[in-house]
Formats: sequence, C-alpha cells, structure tokens
Amino acid sequence: MSADVELDDVSVRFGPFLAVDRASLKIAGGEFFSILGPSGCGKTTLLRTISGFLQPSQGRVRIGGKDMAGLGANKRPTALIFQNLALFPLMTVADNIGYGLRVRRVPRAERRRRVEALLQLVALPDQGDKLVSELSGGQKQRVAIARALAVEPQVLLLDEPLSALDLRLRQHMRSELRAIQKRVGITFIYITHDQGEALTMSDRIAVMNSGVIEQVGPGRAVYDDPATAFVASFVGENNRFEGTVVETRDGHAVVETSVGRLAGRRRNGLAVGDRALVFVRPEALRVVSDGRPAPISCELSSSAFEGNATHLFARTHQGEPIVVTLSRRDDAGAMTPGEKLALDYAAHDGLVLPVGGHD
Amino acid sequence: MTGLRGVLILGIPVAVILAFWLLARWERRHNHDPQTPSFVARNGWPVAVFLVVAVSFWALVMVVLPQLYMVDFSFHLKLPPSQRGGPRDVYTLENYQYFLFGSTRSTANWNVTHITAFWLTIVVSMCITVLNFLICYPLAYFMAQVGSGSQVRKLMLLLIIPYWVNELLRAFAFNILFGTSGVLNVILVKAGVIGSPIDFIGQDVALYSGLTYAYLLVMMFPLYNALESLDHNQIEAARDLGAPWWHVHLNVVMPFAKPGIASGCTLVFMLCAGALAAPLVLGGPKTLWFTPIVYDRFYQAFNWNQGSAYAIVLLLTCILFVMMVMRVFRVSLSEITR
Repeated sequence: MSADVELDDVSVRFGPFLAVDRASLKIAGGEFFSILGPSGCGKTTLLRTISGFLQPSQGRVRIGGKDMAGLGANKRPTALIFQNLALFPLMTVADNIGYGLRVRRVPRAERRRRVEALLQLVALPDQGDKLVSELSGGQKQRVAIARALAVEPQVLLLDEPLSALDLRLRQHMRSELRAIQKRVGITFIYITHDQGEALTMSDRIAVMNSGVIEQVGPGRAVYDDPATAFVASFVGENNRFEGTVVETRDGHAVVETSVGRLAGRRRNGLAVGDRALVFVRPEALRVVSDGRPAPISCELSSSAFEGNATHLFARTHQGEPIVVTLSRRDDAGAMTPGEKLALDYAAHDGLVLPVGGHD
Repeated sequence: MTGLRGVLILGIPVAVILAFWLLARWERRHNHDPQTPSFVARNGWPVAVFLVVAVSFWALVMVVLPQLYMVDFSFHLKLPPSQRGGPRDVYTLENYQYFLFGSTRSTANWNVTHITAFWLTIVVSMCITVLNFLICYPLAYFMAQVGSGSQVRKLMLLLIIPYWVNELLRAFAFNILFGTSGVLNVILVKAGVIGSPIDFIGQDVALYSGLTYAYLLVMMFPLYNALESLDHNQIEAARDLGAPWWHVHLNVVMPFAKPGIASGCTLVFMLCAGALAAPLVLGGPKTLWFTPIVYDRFYQAFNWNQGSAYAIVLLLTCILFVMMVMRVFRVSLSEITR
C-alpha cells in the first residue's frame, strides 16, 4: 500500500541556521519523487524530517493524510535507506532483512518465507546465509532495499544510496530501482545531488537550494522550463549571459549583454530596464559557417570528441566561457583551437530569467 | 631439588626463545611473500635483536618467572633456611590441603572461614562487575553516541580527575564518608531521614561502594572505545525499522560492543577479586575478603609457601571463571584484545 506525503509549510531550524525554509510539497501515492540539490541545500534534513528523526520547527508533515507530529521514526509508515546503507555487520543477510519483522514479532517460519521472497525481489536468491561483509557493493545495496521493504512501508525514503557505487553499477541500479518501485508500487522519495539520477528515475523532481524548494515538476519541465536562475544552471549544462532587458514582446525578451543582444522566452514580471540572465543550453547552440550574421561570436579554446557528441569549449571576447554540444550529425569535423566561431540559436531556445536571490 | 629448579629457571627461557624462533621460521617458509622484506631486513639487525631481547626479558623475567617461582613455592613446605634443599624439602600438597581443611594433618573438617571468604569474594566481585556495567553502559553510550564534543570532554575530565587521588587515600575517603559518624550519616540524621546512624561499614555497603567506584574507569574505557566505533546510522536504521530502544540496545548496540563489554568485565572482575586496599580499609569487622587472608598468610603467618598456594587458587579460579563466562557469551580472546 502506498501513501501520499504532504509537507505543509515545513521549516527546520538548527539554532540560528535555517536548514529548510517553508517547504511545501504534495507527493502522490505511488510516485517516484526526487529531491535534487547541491550538498548542504537541506535535502537530507527534509528527508530526516519526513522519516521522523527530526521534528519540524514549524509546519506539518502528513503521510496518508495523517499528521505525523510527535511520532518518532519507529512509529511512522516510512523506511529509510541510508547513504552508507547502515547494514548490521554482525548479522547475516537474512537477519538484516528480517530485522524489522523480528521487531514486529513475526513468527520465524513466516519471517523466513518473507525474507526469501524479498531476496527474490532484489535478485539475490540463496544469499541469505552470507555475512554482509561478503557481498559486493551492488549486492549490499539490494540488501538495504530489501531490509527497508520488509517492513512493508507505505513510503520508501532513499538518501543518495547509489553515491558509493561506480558509474556502471550506478547506472544499472537506477533502472533496477525504478523497476522495483514499479513492482512494489509504493511511494519513493529519492534524495540526490546527481541530476542524471533524478532525471532518469523520477516521475517528478523538486529542486532545492539553500533550504528553499525552487521548482517542482516532471524532469522535462524542470529541464526545459527552469523557474529560477539556480535551477537553470544546476539542472543540466547551461550557458548564461547577464544583462539588461531592452525589449519585451509577447512572451519574449531581448537582453543587452556583454556579448551583444540576446533574445529568449521571458518569464512573467520582467520589464524593460530589469537586470536579467539569458540561458542557452549547449545543445541549442549552432555553429554558423556560411557568414550569416550571428548573435554570439567567440574563439574556440578546446574541443572534446565524445563519440555521439562533440563538446566545444569557447570564450567570448570578454572572456566568458561558452559550451557548445554538437550532435554527431552536426559535427563538421575537427576544429583547431583559436578558430573564430559564430554561434546562433532559435529564439525559443533562449530563456530570460530574473537575477536570482540565492544564485 | 635445586638441580631441577635450576634447570627450570634457566631452561624455560631458552625453550621459549627457541619456540618463538622456530615459529618464525615455520611462518616464513609457509606464507612468506618474496616481495616483502623480512622484519630484520626492513629494520636492521640491531633493532631486531634489541626487540627480541627486550621483549623476551620483559615477558620472562618480569612476568613468567616470578609466577613460576610462586607455583614452585606453593608446593613446598615452610622451612628454616638451613633446611632448604635438605631431605625435608619435598614437593607436597600440604599448603593446598590447609586451604581446604584448615589443617595439614586431618581432613575431617572443611576450612569454612577461608572457603567462605573465597566464594564470597568471587560472588561479590561478580555482582560488582555487573553493577559496574549497569552504571557505565548508559554513560559510555551517552559519551560515544549522544553527547556533543564539549559534553564528552567535560564528562571525561570528571571521570578521570578523581583517579589522580591514590587508591588508598580514596579508600580512606570512603571510610570517612560512610563511617558511623561520617558525612553521610550526619547528613541523613540531620535531615531526619534516619533516627540513628547506620553502620554502613559493618553492613559492607562501604566496601562494595568503594570497590565499585575504584574500577569504574576500567569498565568505562573499553566500553566507550567499543561504542564509539559504532556507526550511528545503524542505531537509526534499527529505530527506523520500528525497533523500540531496548531492542536496539540488545540486538544492535550490545552485540557490536561485545568485545568491549567482555574486556571491561574481565578486567573489573579480576581487579576486584584481587583488590587489597579497599577491603583492608573499608571491610567491616565481620567481613572476610579473600585477599587480606592471602596477605595474612605472607605477613602475619610468615608462611610464604602457604600464601603462594592461596594466591594461586585465587588466580586459577578467576581465570577459569572468566574463560567460562567468555565461552558462554561466545567471545574469543582475540576479540577482547582488539
């Protein structure tokens, strides 16, 4: 059974330090929800508040519609997977997974049956008698997931559990986690600083910065339509140019920046004369080679061929860095550093945002 | 007789050194990695020779030999110096017989006084060990897992500073505290809690409190060390899986801290059973702790042979007892020394 999680104006304060600042979220039952943010942004604090290790200084946490105020971690329908997994080193794999059931006084035979079923679920059959120290990193991961699922939580909370794995295993575990979530059908709340993880696994993402939730939405929306300058620069690569709005018309704005006039979609509330940032994704930039006038001119510093894509690293005449990503199809072949480049982009690929407070 | 003793005293050290040397050779032959140089090659032979000589000197001359001498002593009769090594100097069990029956001739009556004192010492030491654990575990847990850095430092100071006072002085301080006209009685009488002073010393309250207090730190540090290395996330994980606090302690914290608990408990038990100052100063007139009896064999009866026998009985019983308890709790010796 899955439950929805609702945060209502939650703040968490450590002395004078405001770790979470008035966060409000509605996470639907059965959703794979990620909270994405740089380290120290308050995402782990938020998770610990949901799991019951911390009580909010203000606001309410509701799980399945029930107010969780005053309930400790052992009384909530949540289970937490720790960053370092925190498996019990002196117990076997089966005893680890069965710990929560033992606490609930589930009879031994029933316990063994359910542990065996969980081992099947996480693809570790017949490994129950091993000690945790005999397992590989990925296997430990699975045991931690099984241990948390054993108590049949309505919400599973994951605190960057993949961060200790190497890249290949991490990518594999992403799809594995997603598949397990689909199978058990409960709400997953996943904490990460890795935007790739958040984008590939989640139904929706909340982007957090300095204790504030800056944007909530599906991955595509967050990537294509960042609400703030922080989200635009944190989620995915982005080129940014600062300047003053000189012209606005139906949903678009033109900004006078150090490299010249740049246009882009405009967020409501920006008016002529405001300071603004123009963001253009590296993959939205095109190299203009036929001498047409182009809004950005720069000089190539280096390039990196990656197989399916090529990254060009350039600098404008003012010395600002620019990254261009060319797909294999647009790749015009090797370019020499020092070469002059003219760059262009479609106006709707540019995004004009107000200069952010926390950025 | 002296011949045998001489062979023992000179032969055992040589045998031990030879055994170690053979062990090292065997190990080198069986799992020697040709890449890593030997200890001698790494540190040079002067260091190696010094270490071997110093360690074997310390182990043999300071630890093993005196004990062996005591063992040898305990099987001999008390004789005037002129008769030592003479025809009357034979191996005998009389000293042990005296401990059991209170006489070297008859075995009709048990030596009730000494045997009672002996078992009392063992049982009370056990109780004090348990009491010490109950006091130290919550404190060590707080210091290792809960308290902030500055709290832990302050607590540590409060624990250590009283131990700068020497043992005897501390025992006398307890005497003053618990005496019939002592601080505690005066306060209790003045406060009207009790009508007349309680004889804390006669009731052995003073002795047991003194012993408990004396070995608090010996329990504290192994416990603290063991608990400190426990990842706090494991406690939280257990909590998160729904465990009440006692379940977490019983099934997660204590199994992890078992080596520390074991080494703390064995140390306290051994030291307690062998304590001398506290029983001498704080023991009531009716109390018979075993160590003062041993002391009396040496310095009141001037019978060192008998004293040695008594001391060895105590030592062996304690070792056997500790090994038995370790067996029950499935702790190995290597875990304790970790």
